[in-house]
Amino acid sequence: MTLNPNAKMEETQTGTEVYGFDPLVVKSHYEIDYIHSYAQDSLFFTSMAKRKLMGSKCKKCGYVYGTPRAHCMMCGAETEWYQLPNEGKVHSYTTCFFGSEEFLPETPFHLVMVEFEGVNSLFMARLIGADAEDIYIGMPIRAKFRRNLKISPTDVYFVPTEEAKSKGAKH
Amino acid sequence: MKYKGRDVYMVSGGVTKFAKAIPGMDFRMRVKKAFDYALEDIHIGLNDIDGSVASYFSDHFQRQLMSGIMVQDYLGLTPKPSKRVEGGGATGGLAFQTGFEEVASGRMDSCVVYGFENMSHVNTWKGNEFIALASDTNFDYPVGGFYTGYYAMMARRHMHEFGTTVEQLAKVSIKNHKNALNNPYAQSPMNLTVEDVRKAPMVASPLTRLDVCAMSDGAAVAVLASEEKAFEMTDHPVLIKSIGTGTDTMRLADRPFGKVPLLPNEKESDYKQLQYPGIHSFRAGRSAAREAYKGAEITDPLEELDAIELHDAYTSSEIQTYEDLGLCKYGEGGHFIEEGKSSINGKIPVNFSGGLLACGHPVGATGIMQAVFMFWQLQGSIKKHFGNDKLQLGRHKRGLIHSHAGTGTYVTVSIMEAVK
Repeated sequence: MTLNPNAKMEETQTGTEVYGFDPLVVKSHYEIDYIHSYAQDSLFFTSMAKRKLMGSKCKKCGYVYGTPRAHCMMCGAETEWYQLPNEGKVHSYTTCFFGSEEFLPETPFHLVMVEFEGVNSLFMARLIGADAEDIYIGMPIRAKFRRNLKISPTDVYFVPTEEAKSKGAKH
Repeated sequence: MKYKGRDVYMVSGGVTKFAKAIPGMDFRMRVKKAFDYALEDIHIGLNDIDGSVASYFSDHFQRQLMSGIMVQDYLGLTPKPSKRVEGGGATGGLAFQTGFEEVASGRMDSCVVYGFENMSHVNTWKGNEFIALASDTNFDYPVGGFYTGYYAMMARRHMHEFGTTVEQLAKVSIKNHKNALNNPYAQSPMNLTVEDVRKAPMVASPLTRLDVCAMSDGAAVAVLASEEKAFEMTDHPVLIKSIGTGTDTMRLADRPFGKVPLLPNEKESDYKQLQYPGIHSFRAGRSAAREAYKGAEITDPLEELDAIELHDAYTSSEIQTYEDLGLCKYGEGGHFIEEGKSSINGKIPVNFSGGLLACGHPVGATGIMQAVFMFWQLQGSIKKHFGNDKLQLGRHKRGLIHSHAGTGTYVTVSIMEAVK
């Protein structure tokens, strides 16, 4: 049995940062590692090691997605994996000068929506190798893959094609 | 979809002044201020409230789950029924409609909808990260991780399809910031020029800092009631005539290229060449408008509405939303702002309050703030609540409020009508 009226909480040297006293504003830290599963979309990520960009095609209605999705939003049927072309065109684009904390060190960076021949929907990616003012809608671009995978959708990125280069800037 | 149920009225509202950071009040205190304002305005008390709906977007901003029950508790509404509703930027609009459903279904005779967000507990860049977690975290967040970037690509495509210009976008910013000069609740009223907007720091091209709304701390409260209860509480309730809700794919990439779902004032031949919605338009906004117009028997929105408060988190979304709502045809949104049709003295004043661009966007409070401003507008009580009547419109019989979540994933449209 322990019943100690003189029990004392151990003192430590860890504390917090105080930003203000009235009202009291303090630093509160939070960090976590998830055990994140890509589940039915896993093959999209592993295919990038083989330099393949995988979308999906509905087994029933034939709709082709520029993204992985195991079931078709048009008819509800199962899809199968569909290898996307390595070349596409800029459907739209932007250059981000600000962003989320995680990506601030990477600014400015270009985002593009990619359209592929024979594919009914788009794909979102980073574009490198072009100045902001040289990007245009319809610009031919090509998928490239990181050699050392990060197992992230940024393992694929796009660059202007040779054709885009020979045509020069802007249309 | 067929709407059957009791008529639902809004009887009172309250809003706190939105600000970048008010660390002296937590979210509960902020809601309490707006709640007491609403109750005192029509001299009702806690006993007059049957239940509630809590509206807030992100648990991350405060790292507090179940903030809703903490507000319920603080307001003294326990043990009455309550639930939380969440749908990104449209959280407020969805919660407002849930309150409507609580009363329309006959479950409650009166329901308070309270919304709040405390975004100042993290810096702006972390806030952008939290907001971006409301995009697909497998495919979109790791690539861009920035909502302004997604909207910028939608704006760019709208410009490509229809010839919309950055000067037209700037005019939305000018209009809304200017309207806010007479709204004491607004976070950033300003007199601006096209040059000011274009020379502001570029956030994600073509959108500058003045094309984008700010983050805020704030709260808003709407009290809804059945017809019998409403007229017991006040002589000036406002009828919520109809509601509509639309949805679209989480990933921008998955948006289809099909046909425009037409409004009564449009025909198929208007859009022969247009692939819809692609990423130039918000299909959910169009779906929400169609359902709400059907319920209110509106066939020509431009002629049959007197005021609109819509979700202008970006100047481009206001222009895109003119078209979704059928105020003009797809492609004409840029001209619509340019011709002054949406200005305070125009054909149909849009965002007379200053909208999100100038009032701020404490996410869970925003859609309810719109309801409160529209309620005061239709009641004719702007002077009482704003301290001046400069934003009280001459004609204020029927209004539309519109709430919108990330790239148009959830959109709500609700039609409100003055009773007398």
